[in-house]
Amino acid sequence: MIFRGKAWVFGDSISTDHIAPGRYFHLRTNLPELAKHVLEDASPDFASQMQPGDFVVAGRNFGLGSSREHAPRIIKLAGVSAVLAQSFARIFYRNAINVGLPVLELDTAGISQGDELEADLAAGTVRNLTGGGQLSFQPLPPVMVKILNDGGIVEHFRKYGDFNLET
Amino acid sequence: MSSTLAEKIIAAHVGREVGPGEIVVTPVDVAALQDGTGPLALMQLEELGLVQAHNPARTILFIDHAAPSPRKELSNAHVSLRRFAARTGTVLSEINEGVCHQRLVESFASPGDIVIGADSHTCTSGALAAFATGMGSTDVGLGIATGKTWLKVPETFRVVLSGSFPAGVFAKDLMLHLIGRIGADGATYMALEFTGPLAAEMSMPERFTLANMAVEAGAKTGLFAADETTRVFLAGQGREADYRPLTSDDGAACARTVEVDAGALEPTVSAPHTVDNTMTVVDAAGTKVDQVFIGTCTNGRLEDLRIAAGILEGRHRHPVTRLIVTPASRSVYIQAAREGLLGVFAEAGATVTGPGCGACVGVHGGILGDGEVCVATQNRNFQGRMGNAAGFIYLASPATAAATAIKGEIADPREFMEDQDNQ
Repeated sequence: MIFRGKAWVFGDSISTDHIAPGRYFHLRTNLPELAKHVLEDASPDFASQMQPGDFVVAGRNFGLGSSREHAPRIIKLAGVSAVLAQSFARIFYRNAINVGLPVLELDTAGISQGDELEADLAAGTVRNLTGGGQLSFQPLPPVMVKILNDGGIVEHFRKYGDFNLET
Repeated sequence: MSSTLAEKIIAAHVGREVGPGEIVVTPVDVAALQDGTGPLALMQLEELGLVQAHNPARTILFIDHAAPSPRKELSNAHVSLRRFAARTGTVLSEINEGVCHQRLVESFASPGDIVIGADSHTCTSGALAAFATGMGSTDVGLGIATGKTWLKVPETFRVVLSGSFPAGVFAKDLMLHLIGRIGADGATYMALEFTGPLAAEMSMPERFTLANMAVEAGAKTGLFAADETTRVFLAGQGREADYRPLTSDDGAACARTVEVDAGALEPTVSAPHTVDNTMTVVDAAGTKVDQVFIGTCTNGRLEDLRIAAGILEGRHRHPVTRLIVTPASRSVYIQAAREGLLGVFAEAGATVTGPGCGACVGVHGGILGDGEVCVATQNRNFQGRMGNAAGFIYLASPATAAATAIKGEIADPREFMEDQDNQ
């Protein structure tokens, strides 16, 4: 799978409160509405200005905090093709794969706001079409590749009628 | 083979020895949802045609985050949880019964259990030597329906605790200090295991405070051995039969070990906007504070309220500083009322609320104004956490919070504790 889009650059420690703020708690049963506020507390213009296919690019420990699965869901629902970060918090990472949002670990320091990127999930590479150069991302753990390839944990479950993940 | 607590608990569930990094599918003993994450889980189960619970008596739906409901959308979310509970025979923990993590340790989680909850602070039950971890709605929904989940066996990060707390220094200060030292991602994917002489001496409420915040260092769970203190706590809940001793083996391999000498610690706060942004109260003192919040699954237990009331008794909050006190559960509330603590808070000028998550999650009951500063006993100070991205949150112990409420600025609890012991 190859994605192409613009980079929206965020810093370190982007929490689930930045992504899906608590003041919109009442919208948790209305994901399309909640998605209009995605990442609002980190970048107020992001939700209204990003284009489908764009990338969220961040530093360390992206998605730290709450277990709210709404966070990766509304990033995906907004049309973000993948989140690129130096590292991810554990629950966010698992939730993202469960809902079919690619999360790629790589050194994002050289990516600037607005850079045009091309991510090749199978090849494990991200090309910077604006700034030049190619980055490799950490391969996803096999269990995550399996869930992602099945289309998320719900589709995985539909396919096998059970968990089929043990190593 | 020597095993850590996490490895032992998972191995007992899957019927074979396990090592870090292995992916296992394991039975689940306790599964929990709350009103913020539950409705999405139930929608997923509807979609899969799996509106069922494998173990209804140990599946609990908690209405605690928006309790009582401040909006119709949330009232409707509560309705969906009540309907599911009625259809499946699962346990409903209604408005006023308390914060899920406090209720889980009071009535549901036991040593050796695997507990999954759609709330990141599910790790609190790790203090009872349960492998307790937070997951997303869909993972917990599937766990409820099937009685199983998948896990990666975590590496263990051992925290060796020694020394004793100086006056004015508490378990909360220790945990903030630890997270400041190892970072908010210092234990990502790992199980924190608290050991050492001080861990063995700690009360259950102190252990709950530490385990509760394991996730703030990125950890999957935060574990203590189950010992005599655990047994006495469970017996006090009428659950002595749920007790069994459980410790990690000497020499079990750990990915990392850190030692903390409590005797060397100072009252500590986490400054905005990350938990690992720690400093001593001495360094933070003097910062003007608009609101103080004492409560939550981290520090809303009876022992915490006693400490705060000990400082607030006969004193009054500063005129410009609001004070909110929220007991963590109904049983905490009742006991605090019996001991006269709620009266102490009311006389000190506090708003005493019913049990629940309250101000911590930014849904209702204590949302900050633009530029306002709050000192809170909760576990998180992220930007926007208390309902306003333009607010500033400092995390502190109940003692520091109480002292701060009196002075109207971040204050050292030792100023008010000359004649008191920590207990």
